[in-house]
Amino acid sequence: MSKRNEITLTINGRRHAIRVEPRRTLVDAIREDCGQTGTHIGCEHGVCGACTVLVDGAPVRSCLMFAVQAEGKEIRTVEGLAKGDELNTLQRAFMDNHGLQCGFCTPGFLMLITGVLEREPDISDEELIDVLSSNLCRCTGYQNIVKAARAVAGEMRQQRTA
Amino acid sequence: MASASVKSKTKHVGQSLTRLEDRPLLTGRGRFAADISFPQQLHMRIVRSNFAHGKLRGIDATEALALPGVYTVWTAPDVADIPPIDFRLSRIEGLEAYRQRLFADGTVRYVGEPVAAVFAEDPYLAEDAAELVTLDIEELPAVLHAEEPPGEFEPGRSTETAIVRKGYGELDAAFQAAHLIVEETLSVGRHSGVPLETRGAIARYDGARDVLELHGAAKVPHWNRDQIARMLGRSPSSVHLYEGHVGGGFGIRGEIYPEDVLVCVAALRLQRPIKWIEDRREHLIAANHSRQQQHRVRAAVDREGRVLAIDDQIFYDQGAYMRTHAVTVPDLAAAMLPGPYRIPAYRAHAHVRLTNKTPCGTYRAPGRFESTFVRERLMDAIAAKLDLDPVELRRRNLIASHEMPYARKLDTLGTEIVLDSGDYAGLLDKALAAVAWPKLRQTLAARKTAGELVGAGVALFVEKSGLGPFDQVKIAVDTAGYVEVISGSASVGQGIETVIAQICADALGIDYHKIRVTHGRTDRIEYGLGAFASRVTVMTGEATRIAASAVRAKAIEVASELLQTPAELLDVIDGEVTRSDAAAGPSVSLADIARALGPGSPLRHGRPPGLSAEGWFHSNHMNYPYGVHVAVARIDRDTGAVAIERYLVAYDVGKAVNPMLIEGQIVGGCAQGIGGTLLEEFLYDERGEPLSVTFADYLMPTVREMPPVDVLICEDAPSPLNPMGLKGAGEGGANAVGAAVAAAIDDALGAKGAVTELPITPQRLKRLMQKIRKS
Repeated sequence: MSKRNEITLTINGRRHAIRVEPRRTLVDAIREDCGQTGTHIGCEHGVCGACTVLVDGAPVRSCLMFAVQAEGKEIRTVEGLAKGDELNTLQRAFMDNHGLQCGFCTPGFLMLITGVLEREPDISDEELIDVLSSNLCRCTGYQNIVKAARAVAGEMRQQRTA
Repeated sequence: MASASVKSKTKHVGQSLTRLEDRPLLTGRGRFAADISFPQQLHMRIVRSNFAHGKLRGIDATEALALPGVYTVWTAPDVADIPPIDFRLSRIEGLEAYRQRLFADGTVRYVGEPVAAVFAEDPYLAEDAAELVTLDIEELPAVLHAEEPPGEFEPGRSTETAIVRKGYGELDAAFQAAHLIVEETLSVGRHSGVPLETRGAIARYDGARDVLELHGAAKVPHWNRDQIARMLGRSPSSVHLYEGHVGGGFGIRGEIYPEDVLVCVAALRLQRPIKWIEDRREHLIAANHSRQQQHRVRAAVDREGRVLAIDDQIFYDQGAYMRTHAVTVPDLAAAMLPGPYRIPAYRAHAHVRLTNKTPCGTYRAPGRFESTFVRERLMDAIAAKLDLDPVELRRRNLIASHEMPYARKLDTLGTEIVLDSGDYAGLLDKALAAVAWPKLRQTLAARKTAGELVGAGVALFVEKSGLGPFDQVKIAVDTAGYVEVISGSASVGQGIETVIAQICADALGIDYHKIRVTHGRTDRIEYGLGAFASRVTVMTGEATRIAASAVRAKAIEVASELLQTPAELLDVIDGEVTRSDAAAGPSVSLADIARALGPGSPLRHGRPPGLSAEGWFHSNHMNYPYGVHVAVARIDRDTGAVAIERYLVAYDVGKAVNPMLIEGQIVGGCAQGIGGTLLEEFLYDERGEPLSVTFADYLMPTVREMPPVDVLICEDAPSPLNPMGLKGAGEGGANAVGAAVAAAIDDALGAKGAVTELPITPQRLKRLMQKIRKS
């Protein structure tokens, strides 16, 4: 086993001082060392997107990043979306549109959509589909995930023009 | 006020209510297998065969054992006392010798077969150590094609494990009398459920209580408890299985695999909790594959296109061992092939054959995705030969609604197939109307004239659901007025908590948010059959209704005393027992009644303590939902890629408890059907080396490949087999995709019967187009 490094990860504004091997993936550090198991591992080779988190605002496959690379960056995970017991708009839209079944891919989709809509609130429907095609869901057939994402995008556009 | 009470009773069932399951899953509080950990746990990593077939001459774990933190390494002799994994369904004589043991011993039979297990303090370390275990394997020739003559499993034992025979009627006479005989060879490729969560199992032995716990269970926890207890020589009551959240099931997840048993044995023997989480590559080579089969089928047809007989030879590729499903998939393929048509004589022989590939089991609509493809391709071929419209040909063969119930004279899963209810022609009409079929044909004809390769296809099917023979449900109201429903069913993400709560809510008279549905816990209820065969809404749903009705009757009886009001004037509305004939008046809450029935309550008056009841539902027959798929497909002339432009699924489920969830099941199933039709295939090279071992090789549909799917849920044929008329909805979305898309591609190519093999990958379609151009 190689030497462990002391690093601090900032997840949803909270700092976690941990000791990790250089090869430890960010997702393992988030889940095992920081105890935030809402982020899931689906393939460990960067295809399915279940482990998507936001790193400095950008959606990242946390299975393809080492924990040591995330030091000093702002990491956001699904646990940071709701305010207490109150679901945020996107979470609510997933519930209202039945955008999840088993829920395993859901945190990845939520973080992907959050990251994209924050950066590109005026994203077109077609571009949104392109972005959503980067994550896999095996239960829903995507239709309701698209509905939920479009509903929130539309709401954000309305709020900005209001 | 009768109407008010009726209103209150139907306010949940039939409504598209949001799910009770969603909140924890949306906030990151779900508990999937990998999220479960225990102090002092060891991590298990499996060393797998890297040869498809070979003599295992030796295993050297010296280097692995030398790594600090490696606890031990096990191979076959360490678990020689543990019997092989037994069959759960469709057991037939003579299969025992083909069951899989926990580790290969002497012979390896597929790439991915467990040969050793490393137990270490850390999962990274366990993986490092597993890579240091060296295998001495002498390669043997691999058997890779079930449709070729069988090979040898072991000396004196053929790789053909069984022939499943089904049939009825005068087959030979029908073929002699036929105006036309149509023959086809049709194949379905090897693919599987591939849930987004890989498998996982965490076992812990609690010596203080002498209880073995297995966490990460799914699908059939009670059956698995009994099997694990039997294999380990323990009493079932000393083994508890716990189902947390399950990241997709689709048939494959939750069956007992070697890894599940290994963590249990290790937890007992090493006296440490053992955690095993599968990685994706392992999943793609070690978890059940499904579907692969070839049908050599022929039909006898009369002058008008009425099918007189079907004769089918099925070559079913089971992979290396007979797993828990035994012959379930070929049995279902053979038994369900006749579908919605009359077919006076029928014979199917399914040759169940082992190959040196990953063993197989069920996958959503097992046997039916395949046999619907075969039957509907056959109907299209007959229509082409007789120059009849494919829809008209189907109409001439459909079983009429007045013929229901219709005994198929076939059996499967231990039940006789009796089609319980259905208006097949009526649903076909509705489906075609929903897509404006004549207009759609015109539009497509115009686009074809303009040079596009576009076409449409229709496929019909009969599903099955509600497999018994029983389900048990216990319901109790607590002293705060909240309800717990305990069932032996399981959740694989399909939304059973919500559906069961909806049924309970109406039967009892309470808001569904006040109901907690407990499932997948062998320590909370004695019996359970779990979640498969689209059985939960039907079986657990009806048991829930029975139990909830009994609780309601108890509540009204007690309330009648407390309120000094005749019971027949009382109703339960939103958790309050109140007079049903007056807008306002005295009432008593279910919480008050639960307190009045407390063991020490003077108001109990000798009644059994607790506002609770148990419900049992028994059923010896499955019921049969049915549907129609319509696909519109466009082919890219240059690449051979198929884009599905539009899709419709019309499905009669008897009674829809939550239409939104049914639609979700159908669209999700349809996506998986599209995967198996166009994209997904487990490929092997000529030595049996798997080529589809990542999500870059095994392609599943993304949102890009999904067409808009229209769903038409119908309730025209409630099941007569349960009072609510329920049929299951889990598998109809997948069932006929291969058939409908194949027909659409034929239509686009202007070549009837061109598609004979799934998946229709761009490479295959290009070859097909070249062949058509040449002829």
